[in-house]
Amino acid sequence: MLLLVLTIVLLALAAAVFRIGRGRALALAGGLPKNLSALPRYYGWYVVLWGFLPAVAVVALWLALQPTIIEALVIAGLPDELRSLSDAETGLIYNDIRNALAVGKLPDDARLADAAAHYVRLTGRAPLALSALSVALLLAGAGIGLRMVSPQLRARRMVEKIVRGLLLVSSTIAVFTTIGIVLSLLFEALRFFRLVPITEFLFGPEWSPQTAIRADQVGSSGAFGAAPVFAGTMLISFIAMAVAAPVGLLSAIYMSEYAAPKVRAVLKPLLEILAGIPTVVYGFFAALTVAPFVRETGGLLGLDVASESALAAGVVMGVMIIPFVSSLSDDAIAAVPNSLREGSYGLGATQSETIRSVILPAALPGIVGGLLLGVSRAIGETMIVVMAAGLAANLTANPFEAVTTVTVQIVTLLTGDQEFDSAKTLAAFALGLMLFLVTLVLNIIALYVVRRYREEYD
Amino acid sequence: MTDSTPTIPSRSDTTQTVRNGLRRRYAAERRFKIYGVAAIGVALLMLAIMFGTIIGNGWSAFRQTYVQMDVLVDAAEIDPDGNRDPKVLSRGDYEGLIKAALREMFPDVKKRKEKRELYDLVSSGAAFDLRDEVMADPSLVGQTVSVTVHASDDVDMYMKGYISAEVAEDERRVSDKQIARIESLREQGRISTGFNLRFFTGGDSREPELAGIAGAALGSLWTMLAVLVMAFPMGVMAAIYLEEFAPKNRWTDIIEVNINNLAAVPSIVFGLLGLAVFLNFFGMPRSAPLVGGLVLALMTLPTIIIAGRAALTAVPPSIREGALGLGASRMQMVAGNVLPLAMPGMLTGAIIGMARALGETAPLLMIGMVAFIVDLPKGPLDAATVLPVQIFLWADSPERAFVERTSAATIVLLVFLILMNLGAVLLRKKFERRW
Repeated sequence: MLLLVLTIVLLALAAAVFRIGRGRALALAGGLPKNLSALPRYYGWYVVLWGFLPAVAVVALWLALQPTIIEALVIAGLPDELRSLSDAETGLIYNDIRNALAVGKLPDDARLADAAAHYVRLTGRAPLALSALSVALLLAGAGIGLRMVSPQLRARRMVEKIVRGLLLVSSTIAVFTTIGIVLSLLFEALRFFRLVPITEFLFGPEWSPQTAIRADQVGSSGAFGAAPVFAGTMLISFIAMAVAAPVGLLSAIYMSEYAAPKVRAVLKPLLEILAGIPTVVYGFFAALTVAPFVRETGGLLGLDVASESALAAGVVMGVMIIPFVSSLSDDAIAAVPNSLREGSYGLGATQSETIRSVILPAALPGIVGGLLLGVSRAIGETMIVVMAAGLAANLTANPFEAVTTVTVQIVTLLTGDQEFDSAKTLAAFALGLMLFLVTLVLNIIALYVVRRYREEYD
Repeated sequence: MTDSTPTIPSRSDTTQTVRNGLRRRYAAERRFKIYGVAAIGVALLMLAIMFGTIIGNGWSAFRQTYVQMDVLVDAAEIDPDGNRDPKVLSRGDYEGLIKAALREMFPDVKKRKEKRELYDLVSSGAAFDLRDEVMADPSLVGQTVSVTVHASDDVDMYMKGYISAEVAEDERRVSDKQIARIESLREQGRISTGFNLRFFTGGDSREPELAGIAGAALGSLWTMLAVLVMAFPMGVMAAIYLEEFAPKNRWTDIIEVNINNLAAVPSIVFGLLGLAVFLNFFGMPRSAPLVGGLVLALMTLPTIIIAGRAALTAVPPSIREGALGLGASRMQMVAGNVLPLAMPGMLTGAIIGMARALGETAPLLMIGMVAFIVDLPKGPLDAATVLPVQIFLWADSPERAFVERTSAATIVLLVFLILMNLGAVLLRKKFERRW
């Protein structure tokens, strides 16, 4: 609410500043725009940028840092015997204060009363301080900008330079996102590898991340060997690709080589619907319909099928990936030049012979790229396996048994009550790092193959 | 062409060989074509089965069973002082009134177990409905009012035919006595089914008959607003820079490769980023739509940038050259001439990216948007959940009635997605231009 009001106030001020800046430039030029070295409106923009940018930057910084700073201030104001505790403990105390205040009470510990009052004072004042600071900054900046305005000022160039800088900054956000992902994953994963050796994590055959809360607890060995988890991921991805690769490739061939344009115009969007369905819907479908169906069919055939079998999750995931494989294969097939087709027909080959021995080999790199992207999707897919695959890490290649995957483990480790520093939560980041690295390598290879192949026929 | 083969088959021999193989080759041709048709058939069949089961399971959730009952709003129970003080009224024992009314309807019920079964016929929300009604009109106190309350989920399931009376009694959630009472209520015309308004206006609840999607839908709305506000301007600006201003150098290459790779990073990794950076490092609140929006904005950004660049490339060079020829600066050309023409394409890309973000679940699980939240979120900082997460949460609930609600919530989500994609298609159709 405050933010909305503040935004409106700042925008209104900016509009006013714009008019003042433009008016001042015109006044200095004696009312004649030709005496100015840029259109009058650029002087307005110039002044606005001077005021608006610092104000917005301060608001953003403030909002990002406010919780951290308030926490530091409150903790600094604690009585000495509490302040000297470890960071984790002071953090807990701070949470107690906040939780107590959230339900409208003072903390139980009387020593915290002052700190609580301090917290209330700080959070109460913060919005006002922020508003005052940002408005003051805007006005001060605009004031400086106004003083700089003169008929000789090359306002358009300055404004364009700043705008260009802003454009550059937004284009780097993607890079910073990647850096953020890598750093956060790496940082937490390294902390994990200090607790569990990396070789044990990668090759250890036993995965049971329930760490003991009490030392004598049974069944909480806290084993972090992720090999069964990786094996489960591969099994489910393999099943998914066993469904998606033939179905996707064959439907792409049919649509691009056989189907009449009108039929194609209907079929293609229909297949693309599959790509637009949220994965949680696939997961619900897998758990509600496919898993019981697989179990009952297996039961009829005398097979012992787990209710969360890898097969059910894998098949549904395969259906989800069909449109990716088919649209990328479609692109690759469409990019094969017609001369190759005609040459083959001219030699007397039938259409299917042409496709098999001329078009598919020519389109192979694009198709392989599409399949690799499909694999990377299968590995990273979360909701279907969370809802339809199991939690227990079985090292098995039997598709009728329940297996678990990397993504399932990340979700189970990080949802629910958790303390942030335990090996259990850190393990999720180690798994995330593996997931990120593997999918990244797959994507890079796939994009490289696809791009190189495209250039070949362009 | 010099031929080095020693024996050149005569013309008739070759024709014969080809002829002999023709039948086999045509059969192979037909088979191959059938494979293609079968593949498409399999894909479409799965699509049809999926839509079929979800709509088949979900449509009945849009209707709900109600019980009409006559409740004596006993002044002695809820307003002992008789001054209609709202504070006292709001604390009255309305559940007792409902139970008394039920006993009134079935005077033969005496045993405790039977009583409990009787009370289970109507929803536990009935007491709150009655309270709201009395609070709104205190003159009802002391009178017998006829109220229509939600039946419990078991009754609802029975009325909708999901629980059959033919199943053995201990295998169903409704006992024989309860069925007898439901039938007797039906004969009295007290049971009705009507539009399930609460499903669209209510927050989450442990009771299926009271659970609604309004909280999740509002959470989705706030999250999407946050995504729109952050991702769209950033995406458009990045696309403009890369397409119109960026010099061709290493740095630009890195940015481009980066954006393409980011588009293929698994969504759950963005959730880990959000957890480590936004929650733990910056200390932002858990479960807030603002943080969810931030994470999804980062995830959507590559899509918007790629679509934006495609839209900018589609603007013909003649427009640019015309503007530059008239003396515009590059920035003026972009802002005044190129961008307005590219805007529909950029909006289309943004809508498609937003549709994907609307259906996204996994990263939001990481930042705590999975909480059980009854209240409707009033702003982007209130704890909230979103539609797909609500589906995920309900899908885990064991009650039969939640299967129905989950499917219904899925239908609502799919309708939103279809509308958004339809909007994108229409936008493209309307503004599509060929130069």
